[in-house]
Amino acid sequence: MIGWSNHTGKAVAFDRENVDTDQLIPARFMSTPRADGYGKFLLHDVRFDSDGSPYGDIALNNHLDASILVSGKNFGSGSSREAAVYALIDFGIRVVVAPSFGDIFASNAVNNSLLPARVSATDAAFLLSVSSDGAEGISVDLDHMTISTKDRVMNFDLDPVWRKKLLNGWDDIDLTLNHQDEVAAYREQLLDNQKWRFPVATG
Amino acid sequence: MMAATNLLDKLWDIHEIHRRQDGASLLWVDRHLVHEGSHHAFAKLADKGLVVAEPNLTFGVADHYAPTRGTPQSPAIARMIRTLEENTSKHGIECFGLDDPRQGIVHVIGPEQGLTLPGLLINCGDSHTSTHGAFGALAFGIGATEVAHVLSTQTIWQRKPKAMRLSVTGKFGLGVGAKDLALHWISKLGADGARGHAIEYVGEAVRALSMEGRMTLCNLSIEGGARFGLIAPDNKTFEYLKGRTYAPTDSHWEQALEYWATLSTDPDAQFEREVAIDASDVTPIVTWGTSPDEALPVSGRVPDPDELGAYESKGLQATLDYMGLTPGRPLDQIEVDQVFIGSCTNARIEDLREAAAVLSGRKARVPGMVAPGSMMIKAQAEAEGLDRVFIEAGLDWVNAGCSMCVAMNGDMVAPGKRCASTTNRNFQGRQGPGARTHLMSPAMVAAAAVTGRLTDVRPLLMGRNAA
Repeated sequence: MIGWSNHTGKAVAFDRENVDTDQLIPARFMSTPRADGYGKFLLHDVRFDSDGSPYGDIALNNHLDASILVSGKNFGSGSSREAAVYALIDFGIRVVVAPSFGDIFASNAVNNSLLPARVSATDAAFLLSVSSDGAEGISVDLDHMTISTKDRVMNFDLDPVWRKKLLNGWDDIDLTLNHQDEVAAYREQLLDNQKWRFPVATG
Repeated sequence: MMAATNLLDKLWDIHEIHRRQDGASLLWVDRHLVHEGSHHAFAKLADKGLVVAEPNLTFGVADHYAPTRGTPQSPAIARMIRTLEENTSKHGIECFGLDDPRQGIVHVIGPEQGLTLPGLLINCGDSHTSTHGAFGALAFGIGATEVAHVLSTQTIWQRKPKAMRLSVTGKFGLGVGAKDLALHWISKLGADGARGHAIEYVGEAVRALSMEGRMTLCNLSIEGGARFGLIAPDNKTFEYLKGRTYAPTDSHWEQALEYWATLSTDPDAQFEREVAIDASDVTPIVTWGTSPDEALPVSGRVPDPDELGAYESKGLQATLDYMGLTPGRPLDQIEVDQVFIGSCTNARIEDLREAAAVLSGRKARVPGMVAPGSMMIKAQAEAEGLDRVFIEAGLDWVNAGCSMCVAMNGDMVAPGKRCASTTNRNFQGRQGPGARTHLMSPAMVAAAAVTGRLTDVRPLLMGRNAA
């Protein structure tokens, strides 16, 4: 992962609550290798009719260059499928702004450099309204935890652990390797004192 | 004197290898369960040239794409299953593949095989991993990047969630159980009501639940936003586990029992949040919308957008359009096209008995499918004659897998069709593009099959021995 601290781009609204991961990427696309690109699957059944024609009244379809998605509360609820994040990333989204996020989705997002920026319901309503048909020049600043439009600056919330990961582009596996000795000692101690934790098949 | 701690504190403390200053904990993972969907994680491992740290603590199973009849429905589906088998075999991981008699849904077979035990930390790349919390295990769903991390290090970074206690006093009425309780609290608190929390379920009504019922309750924690559900283990838990294939034996069993007895919340322990429910307030409940919190007692009516504010009414109207429902319609007049009994929420032996108790000697008015949670449950159900009840009622009795809950194996509800389902998500398109899902208990699905519409099961249980 590559760290980042600022992003400016076009925001677009998807004004719904509880946008679950089954909507973000319907399950039937998930056997596709990532290398094929997941952007076309993003919100597939919401964006396209059964013949595959895009709906004109979905703002996202008219702003394929958007990099900031604004939505309602509990965005990314539901399954743990990281493919929901891949669909957003491969579409070109770098930041999702919403009043709240599903816990697993938010964690998956950060692991892929996607910022889940939590804002107040009032700020979400403001951003939804200005970006209802796309809004250019929206800036997101991870250092100062702000989102700026041309006439307003507002704060967003993010777990400090996640902020640090996004800023530094940290990969957890590399971080964990620094703790190898502690992990080995922990395992040793389990084997000595709590052997029952290790499964052995019987019968 | 030691400070009073809750069950979450105890489980967290024993698994914590390291805590960073910023609050992130590095936790030891006792069991890691993988399935076909883990292919992204194995690909990451291959990219980085990493090996699986603890293949003996890792188990694979084919479930999400498993065919419920015959062979896989497409080459892409067959490839997903083959990839799992190749990845597990390459890394020396035991895999319960399609031909294995132990195959089934990952959250069903974990407990069934004795892989799930109190006091363990269990991860799986699936949000319903909360199921295993029914045994007093710290169990939570993770994404592909985290799966790759667990595979390569047998640890996971996690910030400790807040602790919430959900107390259920009193007794359930006839025909009411764990599924009704779960949909009841989610409808009261919202689909994000417990976000950021681990829920410990306590109280007389929770104690009275069987292990199957407890698993249903913990399974649905995530539908209320909680990544973790927990129930302190008791004799019922230990009885369930004793003698299971991978459960500890002899002196290890004794040692484990001694530790498991400590796994409960201290009397004075604190919780960040407390919620209380009276079991006698819970009645047979069904979802009417496209989010699990959009649920009402079956005696209720479809909500009316005119009675809401502008923003809510817009969302509600879209939901009703998708569901093909008109405001004010009594829920028990909604006709269904088909039924589905299955999934990690409700496909265990007790769920099948509960449905069979309603269906016995009756005919289903609509088609439907019963997919047991595992091939071992399938065999047990057949030994008990439950398969005959389903088949004689006119339902299909098929093999184990996630099937029509997630529609990945090709088992789908057709566009615009309405399904009464024992599953966990009524999301748009979950059971197939355009599918309309109503969630409810196995007994309620059986009742819907018998009448062809959403139905209060209780009158159908009169004079019968409900399971």
